[in-house]
Amino acid sequence: MPDFGYKISKDRQINFDENSKNLFAEVAMREPSVYRCISCGTCAATCSAAQFTSYSLRKMILLLKRGEDKEVITSVSRCMLCGKCQLACPMGVNTRNLILSIQNAIKKLSHV
Amino acid sequence: MFDWFVLPFTLGLVFLLGFIAWKFTSWIKSLTQEDQEKLVKSLATRKTLVSIREIISESLLHRKIFKTNRMLGYMHMSLAFGWLLLILAGNLESRIFNHGEMGPPYVPIFFRFFHPNPEIFRFHQEFSFLMDLLLVFVLSGVALAYYKRLNSKFLGLKKTTKHVMGDRIALTALWFIFPLRLLAESFSSGAFGGGSFLTSTTGSFLNSFLPSEILYYPFWLAYSSALGMFFVALPFSRYMHIPTETLLIVLRNAGIKEQKSHTGFTDVELNSCSRCGICIDSCQLSSAAAINNVQSVYQLRDIRYNTVDQDRSLNCLMCGRCDQACPVGIDIAAIRQIKRNELNPGMKEEYSYVHPAKAQQADVVYFAGCMSHLTPSIKHSVVQSFKKGGINFWFMDETESICCGRPLLLAGKSEEAKALMQKNKTAIEQSHAKALVTNCPICYKMFKNEYGLDIPVYHHSQYFAGLIENNLMQLEKQNITAVYHDPCELGRGSNVYKEPRKVLNQALTLISAEEEGEKSLCCGGSLGNTTISTEQRNKITQDACDTLLKQNPDVLITSCPLCKKTFQKVSDVPVYDLAEIVNGAIVINTKNKSKANQNSKIIKKELLEEEISNQTYPD
Ligand code: SF4
Ligand code: SF4
Ligand code: SF4
Ligand code: SF4
Ligand code: SF4
Repeated sequence: MPDFGYKISKDRQINFDENSKNLFAEVAMREPSVYRCISCGTCAATCSAAQFTSYSLRKMILLLKRGEDKEVITSVSRCMLCGKCQLACPMGVNTRNLILSIQNAIKKLSHV
Repeated sequence: MFDWFVLPFTLGLVFLLGFIAWKFTSWIKSLTQEDQEKLVKSLATRKTLVSIREIISESLLHRKIFKTNRMLGYMHMSLAFGWLLLILAGNLESRIFNHGEMGPPYVPIFFRFFHPNPEIFRFHQEFSFLMDLLLVFVLSGVALAYYKRLNSKFLGLKKTTKHVMGDRIALTALWFIFPLRLLAESFSSGAFGGGSFLTSTTGSFLNSFLPSEILYYPFWLAYSSALGMFFVALPFSRYMHIPTETLLIVLRNAGIKEQKSHTGFTDVELNSCSRCGICIDSCQLSSAAAINNVQSVYQLRDIRYNTVDQDRSLNCLMCGRCDQACPVGIDIAAIRQIKRNELNPGMKEEYSYVHPAKAQQADVVYFAGCMSHLTPSIKHSVVQSFKKGGINFWFMDETESICCGRPLLLAGKSEEAKALMQKNKTAIEQSHAKALVTNCPICYKMFKNEYGLDIPVYHHSQYFAGLIENNLMQLEKQNITAVYHDPCELGRGSNVYKEPRKVLNQALTLISAEEEGEKSLCCGGSLGNTTISTEQRNKITQDACDTLLKQNPDVLITSCPLCKKTFQKVSDVPVYDLAEIVNGAIVINTKNKSKANQNSKIIKKELLEEEISNQTYPD
């Protein structure tokens, strides 16, 4: 194929018929404050883990809501639970329990 | 001497003693090897005497409960001590009567049944009098217990504990035991004479309109049954604390402590909780945030009956206020931590993506901690103070900060915490420093207790206090009044109360707060609690802040970045960390007074500017 200087990106459509939102539902039941998130990204900006690796709570919440669980599952445990995001979050999301709840829920659903 | 009615009592007693022996043996067996050796070594030494003294003062006289509340103390004492005296005096009486023979154990208990009007023996009147007096003593405790159920405030408790089934049966039995004894003895006295000021009076009164000859037997039977029922229900109720607490005292005096996992000692502590409920009142979750099912009394109960769940176990600030208040001295925090470790859910993480900091050689390693990176004025102040003091230090987490691991540990993820600890430890060791200083009490506790470092660990308040003591640093007193808030992890958690005050007294005028030192409140920001909502946290913070500011100080001072950040949200006065005060008050050159004054004025201005910026933007 000739090089046009750009590529065609992979299709990024999200098929809600295929994506299951079970994980998000389970997480939201355990920590309802996840609904308050406005995706401002303050949590990711202050994150201790993000200094070392790609890690963003904001992104994880978005992915979860869309049922795109794969990346969440591989990265959620990188969190050090330090709590900086919780103090920084302007919406009062209970981030540490959110992260623990995601871990719990993954464990629970993978057993089913 | 025998009658069928003594059977419920006797069988109950046999069951109880057998059960206790079985339990005690199995608990001691499940102590660690090392602890068992400690126990054996401690027997028949001076420690035994200490234990006996403590058993008398705590298990019988309930000295610590007396300190919390006189009425509550009296209630516990009259029941425990009064009952014991009643048993001892009864034994003595029946021995004298039987010319030194003991006989079966029910004889002294039912002495008045077998000998309602004792054929004259030495001191029989005195004994009758004494036994009646003791009965009044115990009955007064029972009356208070009735009253406590109706109106717990009178006994200094805002809330009383909710009961489980075993408790209800045992409690009902306990409530009936002594009134039944009174009635049984009274009817005997009414029918056959005898008794003293209490039993003979009620006896002749009851006899005036009731047939004592018919009634006395059923009442003795009822008394015996109530005792039997109490003995059978005791092991399954909170009253198991009565025998267990004595074992706890012995074990504790042998130097046995909670370990990182559940041992026989944990079981002994769990069973030593009398569910007195004193810990409920000390808990801010209950007093400020209306959370009423997670307090230590319930946590211990749930662990004992195996009904604990993860959410409730994580719903605790780990502030240590209940530990401090518990009259039995149970190591509640350690037990909760053990449970959190066991319940630890979720996924393992090795943190392979984290690389340790590149070590620099220095005398002192300074670790600010994650929370200080959210309160940059604190780390800035520490760094400035170090520079002014000419200290050769390395700021370990200046750019990439690795958490100390305590938040993971508190959430029950001890393996994960170890992975992070290893990274930090490597860097600290490579720096060949002679001391580690941190301004975060959370980190301080972690480094000191969990890391096993070869070098001393100081909280910045201790380090500054040391510098001042050795005349390496001088502070200038400013005309400011302040209240100092003891952070949980530093005060109750690490027993550092004096040093911060020593430092602050050089720089300003401290006024005392309503709850301080060991009784200090939690700011509500604690990392120990993951379950609680932001709104509930805010309530605790507001409540604590109001209490601290009652005396209208100019500023509120703490020595923890998390406390500062938390109080800032609600405080009407500026909130500072001790480091900021130190940095503002350091006198660089004491000989050159004018320069020093100038300097401190500039710093004061700096503080003021910071205060304004603090209020506009969270730092
Ligand atoms: S800081 Fe809070 S609101 Fe913003 S993205 Fe993170 S969780 Fe959502
Ligand atoms: S708690 Fe986890 S997600 Fe939040 S700032 Fe710390 S490392 Fe990042
Ligand atoms: S833990 Fe201590 S204070 Fe709380 S109920 Fe038990 S004995 Fe009482
Ligand atoms: S540690 Fe603090 S928050 Fe937890 S139960 Fe005790 S008093 Fe309550
Ligand atoms: S204990 Fe808290 S403040 Fe200290 S390093 Fe860990 S997360 Fe940060």
